[in-house]
Amino acid sequence: MIAFRIERSSGVATYLQLVHQVKQALLLGVLEPGDRLPTAKDVVAATAINPNTVLKAYRELEREGLVEPRPGLGTFVRRSLAREQLAPDSPLRAELTTWFTRARAAGLDRDDVVALSTALLDQHFPPTTENDA
Amino acid sequence: MNETNCAALRTDALGRAFGRTWALRACDLEIPAGSVVLLAGPNGAGKSTLLHLAAGLLTPTTGHAQVLGRTPGTRDARARTALVAQDKPLHPGLTVAEQLRAGRELNSRWDQNAALAVLRTADIPPGTRVGRLSPGLRTRVALATALGRRPDLLLLDEPLADLDPPARHQVLGLLMADNAERGTTIVFSSHILHEAEQICDQVVLLRQGRVRLAGPAQPLCTAHTAVTGRTDRAGHLPAALTALPVVESSITGRQFTALVRGPVPPEEPWLTRVPSLEELLLAHLHPTATTDSAAAPATGRDAA
Repeated sequence: MIAFRIERSSGVATYLQLVHQVKQALLLGVLEPGDRLPTAKDVVAATAINPNTVLKAYRELEREGLVEPRPGLGTFVRRSLAREQLAPDSPLRAELTTWFTRARAAGLDRDDVVALSTALLDQHFPPTTENDA
Repeated sequence: MNETNCAALRTDALGRAFGRTWALRACDLEIPAGSVVLLAGPNGAGKSTLLHLAAGLLTPTTGHAQVLGRTPGTRDARARTALVAQDKPLHPGLTVAEQLRAGRELNSRWDQNAALAVLRTADIPPGTRVGRLSPGLRTRVALATALGRRPDLLLLDEPLADLDPPARHQVLGLLMADNAERGTTIVFSSHILHEAEQICDQVVLLRQGRVRLAGPAQPLCTAHTAVTGRTDRAGHLPAALTALPVVESSITGRQFTALVRGPVPPEEPWLTRVPSLEELLLAHLHPTATTDSAAAPATGRDAA
């Protein structure tokens, strides 16, 4: 089970904040397949948001195949996003760490690194626009 | 199941005058069951009048209202509607426990746990007389009494004005949970617009006793455009803008900002975006906002 936090001034639509937080929990292994998501009632009691916002977020997660509703029981995690390649001891992570260290040694600051990595990120992983709703 | 198709609140040409002053007039609304509705408007706009008409505590001067398919004030309607008025009319001589017992004895649908859940948001000794409670605690007792009645339509007149921020959050959470669990329609008047954005899915904006804006919140926002651009050489709004249905506009230096009903021509060199609900309401509430009621977007019913 996870608890949601709503950032009211973030400018990110509330339902997307919920979607991101579930995905993050899946990546980190906080949520695993078979786990139940909190009910809409529990979420709204804790966050004071409209129940439809929670339902919209859960529908989006269902559409992406990450969770499934079981009538009368709740919404359950179908698959994990946690992958070995993302673990703290993975080779990919080690290579990226080396790269960041070299970038710093070469005199790049945070903005330079963000600009460079965003450009390459967009090139290799073209952004999808569906999340802008 | 026919009842679920009934609007929670429906008004037809509803009007109410006090003496020669119209508090509310020509009000046509249709609030779908299960919605959470923000009732916005300046002081004296007719919000409390509308809520009291819906609760059956006032009779209409013109037109009529229906709550849950029934006439307000009838036994059936009263059993399923609860109003928490601004003055929180409780019995000051009763203790908190006695107030709840009165609720239990007067209402066949009474749910003690629902009432106690509200009281648990604060430390309220059950033996205290209601009249001796602080305004914030009295609000909670009034909400507890209302939720204990398990209403299908909950009418709240500025319910949160007396509560501190953590208490507001808790009480709003309880109300949202009740809406999630039972589909309770909640109509609440409030001046706190940024808070409402997270909570309501329908909006009714009253001004000077008339409905100025009504409908589902998100479509109302996307039906408007927030525009920023450069003024013309004389420092006025560009003619291309004034040709549009501008709700509200302002000029700072060479920059103008405006809220426009509908889209704007894409060829104009302006920055545009969809306004937030708060921006939309603020624009319509602005004293200089155009008051052309004929140009107001359709009510929920016309749009349906």
